Amino acid sequence: MTLKAGSLKVGDKHTERVASNLSRTQIVMYAGASGDYNTLHTDEIYTTKVAGYPSVFAHGMLTMGLTGKALTNFVGNGTLTKFGVRFTNQVWPGDSLDTTITVADIRQEGGQKLADLTLSTVNQDGKEVMTGTATTRIDP
Amino acid sequence: MAKITFPVEATHIKMFARALFDENPVYHDASAAGGIVAPPTFPQAVAQFDPDYHLRPKPGQPWFGSAKTPSGVEGKPNSMGGLHAEQHYEYHRHPRPGDVLTVETKLGKTWEKESKRAGKLTFRERIAEYRDQKGELVVTARGVSVATERPVDQG
Repeated sequence: MTLKAGSLKVGDKHTERVASNLSRTQIVMYAGASGDYNTLHTDEIYTTKVAGYPSVFAHGMLTMGLTGKALTNFVGNGTLTKFGVRFTNQVWPGDSLDTTITVADIRQEGGQKLADLTLSTVNQDGKEVMTGTATTRIDP
Repeated sequence: MAKITFPVEATHIKMFARALFDENPVYHDASAAGGIVAPPTFPQAVAQFDPDYHLRPKPGQPWFGSAKTPSGVEGKPNSMGGLHAEQHYEYHRHPRPGDVLTVETKLGKTWEKESKRAGKLTFRERIAEYRDQKGELVVTARGVSVATERPVDQG
């Protein structure tokens, strides 16, 4: 499944809930899979008593990975040429996240049709936790 | 920095996708159309293959997390307060099981900024190139970390 230029237009949007009531256990699953065992994500006692945060929080890369799930659900598998993000707010246990992908441009480069996308992931309060852009190959 | 060898394996891709609650069959089922491919942020899992990765506890070494006491080391560990500010990937192709990637990371720019929510911020950029067995570039990753002067104010 690859997006087709003919059925896509600038301004098209895809919105997806990518996390619901995020658990500490899911954050630990991400630590185990990615190899990043930073105590700020895995150790409530350290994070509250030593680091001074209200609780553990999600890896930025978990938020990017969850956003990537919405992205591949929208554009298909193995078609991205670029994916870049800025982390703007922390993601906490209990958060629910929604990703919105907007088609910003459809263009041709070196014989290949591409779509440029803007990305925004917000929490249940509508606060943006991550913003970004991506480019995908699309079929003519 | 030393080069890291990153063998891409189907089981690792499955575990990574599970952590994202991503049930896309291309991460779980070798018979999926197109075969198994790595999810877009999978290159981050190179940390598993870095023998010196500082955010993984190691045998015989003190760990800064809690055990008998809230931290296993005295004072403020220097790995504390490092947050991820930005991450950018450029894909030349998407890794698949069987790829053995060689990853070389170079330090990029460093800059500082003053912030109301966390005091002085020190940004550090790292650029990693992932190459396959033929030496072909597969993924370029640019990460920016930020060390904060104090915990980020949640107000």
